[in-house]
Amino acid sequence: MIKARLLIPFLFLLIAISVSLPDSIAIADEAVAGASAEISAPLMVQPTRADYPSIGFISSRNLAWGLAQMHLLLAAFVLAVPLFVLCIEFAGVLTKDDRYDDMAHEFMKISMSAYSLTALAGGALTLALFVLYPHLMAYLMQVFNGQMLWYALLFGLESVCLYTYYYSWDAMRWGRRKWFHLCLSLLLNTIGLSLMYVANAWASFMMSPAGVDMATGAVTGGIWEATRNPLWNPINLHRFLANIAYGGAIVGAYAAYRFLSEKKAEIKAHYDWMGYTSNVIAVIGFLPLPFAGYWLMAEIYAYSQQMGITAMGGILAWLFIIQAVLIGTILLAVNYYLWCGLGRTDRGEQYYKYVKYIAVVLLAGFLVWLTPHSLVLSAEEVLTLGGTTHSILGPLGIMPAKNTAVNLMLVFTFLSFQMFYRSNQIATVSWAKSGQSVIVALYVVGCLNIIGAGIYGYITPTVYKVGASVPQVVTTLSIIIFAATIDYFMLKGSKKTEVHWGRMPDRSQYALFVLPIAFTWLMCLMGYIRSSLRGPWHVYTVMKDKSPEAFIPTMGDAGIVITVITLMFMAVIVFVFWLSQLGATKQLKPGSKMPSPDQENAL
Amino acid sequence: MTFVKFVLFSVGLMLAVTWLTNVLPQMQSNPPEDEVPIVAGEIDMLGMIVLGEKLFSGKGTCTLCHNSLGRAPDLLALDLNATFKERLADDHYEGEGKGLEIGEAFAAYILESMTDPSAYVVPGFGKKGSKDTVSPMPKISGPPISLSDIEMNAVTAFLQDLGGVDPTVDLPSADEDVLADDEDEDTAEPAESGEDAIDKYGCSACHDLNDSESEIGPKLNGIGKRMTREQLRIAILDPNDTIAEGFDEDMMPAEFGEEMFVIELEMIIDHLMELEE
Repeated sequence: MIKARLLIPFLFLLIAISVSLPDSIAIADEAVAGASAEISAPLMVQPTRADYPSIGFISSRNLAWGLAQMHLLLAAFVLAVPLFVLCIEFAGVLTKDDRYDDMAHEFMKISMSAYSLTALAGGALTLALFVLYPHLMAYLMQVFNGQMLWYALLFGLESVCLYTYYYSWDAMRWGRRKWFHLCLSLLLNTIGLSLMYVANAWASFMMSPAGVDMATGAVTGGIWEATRNPLWNPINLHRFLANIAYGGAIVGAYAAYRFLSEKKAEIKAHYDWMGYTSNVIAVIGFLPLPFAGYWLMAEIYAYSQQMGITAMGGILAWLFIIQAVLIGTILLAVNYYLWCGLGRTDRGEQYYKYVKYIAVVLLAGFLVWLTPHSLVLSAEEVLTLGGTTHSILGPLGIMPAKNTAVNLMLVFTFLSFQMFYRSNQIATVSWAKSGQSVIVALYVVGCLNIIGAGIYGYITPTVYKVGASVPQVVTTLSIIIFAATIDYFMLKGSKKTEVHWGRMPDRSQYALFVLPIAFTWLMCLMGYIRSSLRGPWHVYTVMKDKSPEAFIPTMGDAGIVITVITLMFMAVIVFVFWLSQLGATKQLKPGSKMPSPDQENAL
Repeated sequence: MTFVKFVLFSVGLMLAVTWLTNVLPQMQSNPPEDEVPIVAGEIDMLGMIVLGEKLFSGKGTCTLCHNSLGRAPDLLALDLNATFKERLADDHYEGEGKGLEIGEAFAAYILESMTDPSAYVVPGFGKKGSKDTVSPMPKISGPPISLSDIEMNAVTAFLQDLGGVDPTVDLPSADEDVLADDEDEDTAEPAESGEDAIDKYGCSACHDLNDSESEIGPKLNGIGKRMTREQLRIAILDPNDTIAEGFDEDMMPAEFGEEMFVIELEMIIDHLMELEE
């Protein structure tokens, strides 16, 4: 089984090497001949409509779209899990609490089956791209030739590291061996992130090409120049954070499913704890994500106003309403789960009275975020309204209102988390009362500052409007960091009351199901937007997309494709969960006695 | 049972989002077409209609406003025959189409709306505060769209055909040298200098610039002393952000950000910043 798994990445390695080889040899020949790469580099060939093969039963774009998205979703999951598994395993070593180590091991078990499927989707995507978009792939090979080889090598190393790491878990459980195991995890994550950054370079190059002559497409710079194109780092950061949130959301759904399926209280308690931890991981990844997204969009604007306007004020603008709905849904689900979690502790009830106020802020923020600036109206309605913008609701559609809404939603989500964190602890430090007052003041002043900066955004020119969002972001992050720091010191050595893990209503687990579904849909949606920004270009302003499908489809059509992809992905994930359980299942020998509790659990 | 509940819940959630994407306004960009060179003197009326349709959604950028978003009448969705007849019969209509035979009247009405959009403003679509006397539509014959006479005839033929009447526009003769651009807009090269870019986008048609003495927009000579680079950039990309005293909103086209190359924008700003009073 292990050999078969190892074989898949090495097959891809061989394919990639064979594909990369001719260009490498060509470059080496040129070097020997003393020819300048810049002079001898072949010019890019602009494709014509006839250069795009059709496979008939499915459109080329939808096939590439589906495969790329499946690969990306699976890759996000398998790259994210080792990241937080490293943290959890390390926490287990520090606290000497075996539960952390067991949970980290279980997380890895879930992601293992997904690894082979990720490689499979990646291989299928590569094949589809070379067959359906030969000119584009030839050009990308020309620009990134040596890097393709490194990617394949990294993929091979990742496989070796991953399988060694997972299968050595019990063999390196204690002492120095455990530290070696942690180092292996660090290496695994380093290689994994490098893989992601390399792949991001290709995607971001297509949006903001660098290292090539913009008029002819000829390669004028090195691979590094093409790699560190203007959008590379914003995309790197955005995907890094999103992967963590996504990985947490998926394993949270696994825990929720197991929680609902199990009957025994102690097993339910374990999966409740696992679900809670996964939710915390998802929130940690999610909270800074809007700011990373903001940076990415700012860089897109800086690179090309046309792309920025297409996204925020053009044909794609309405998709951000859907984005707001999905993010709002995620935040409401996260908060609802945290509020339900207050019931796990005996002192949690004291915070119930605040829940309704937090809910009002979240709902108000949600509604502001999804309010469009201009409305779609008939001529008659325009006449009645006196324009395409509503006099009261219209102002809620612009960025100062939306920035204020999203920052307040994040602050109040953190407050929900903080309430649960404190619900089983009684501070014993002498300055507890003062510390509490400082935290309250921090929230009050911070929220007023966020609202104030939002109002300032209305009365200032656009250039300062953008600037006004910076203090809002800084305020939100400050509230989170300072409140968490004060809490940490204030609750150090606190009197702890019991947390009744497993004392959660079944309905709370559906909030954990919402997260991976909304995240998957959201990732597909944002992928669609990011890709559409290029318009009819394979490589923006360098290589034209002349395929018959080089247009931005309607939101409705895209929505259907995205739902189909999400359904397929969820089916794959259910399969992965089933596999991970199947691996722990043992059939009883005919005529043997009743299974032990462990066997029963496994069944 | 848990699995069934999970599946139903998940599918329900996905369908709800899919439904939302289908009830919101739908827009689609047009797929690129291979350019077909059109030779003057060899184009018939059918060719004019086809060319007009291409210009309507392409170079003419008509669909930017004439769509379902309500900025301007959705010409592709309306019953144009009934609509044009209704407008020609409107008491407020005093244009060139008045009193003409139906085909000619349609042609005159359409051409007039392109060359002089404020000649007749459809109720509800005038500029804010103008009581429907001033149209927000730019002159299609002028910059930045600058359709030639033949191109405007082609658009007219397309709309006449859409309105159910036989096109009556003149066919271009062989000695006319200006026809539709062979080049797709997206393949156009950026201007080489700030001055070229200003010419390309016709800034001096509205602004007093290069001795044009136009008073439609604010004077740009010496603008570098009155505005910073950032303010200039915003003024070009989002003209309604700050309106100069004595001028109205929506006078300047807001599409320059979509049409200009970044380098052109920067060259224009460089050039304007250096202009003397």
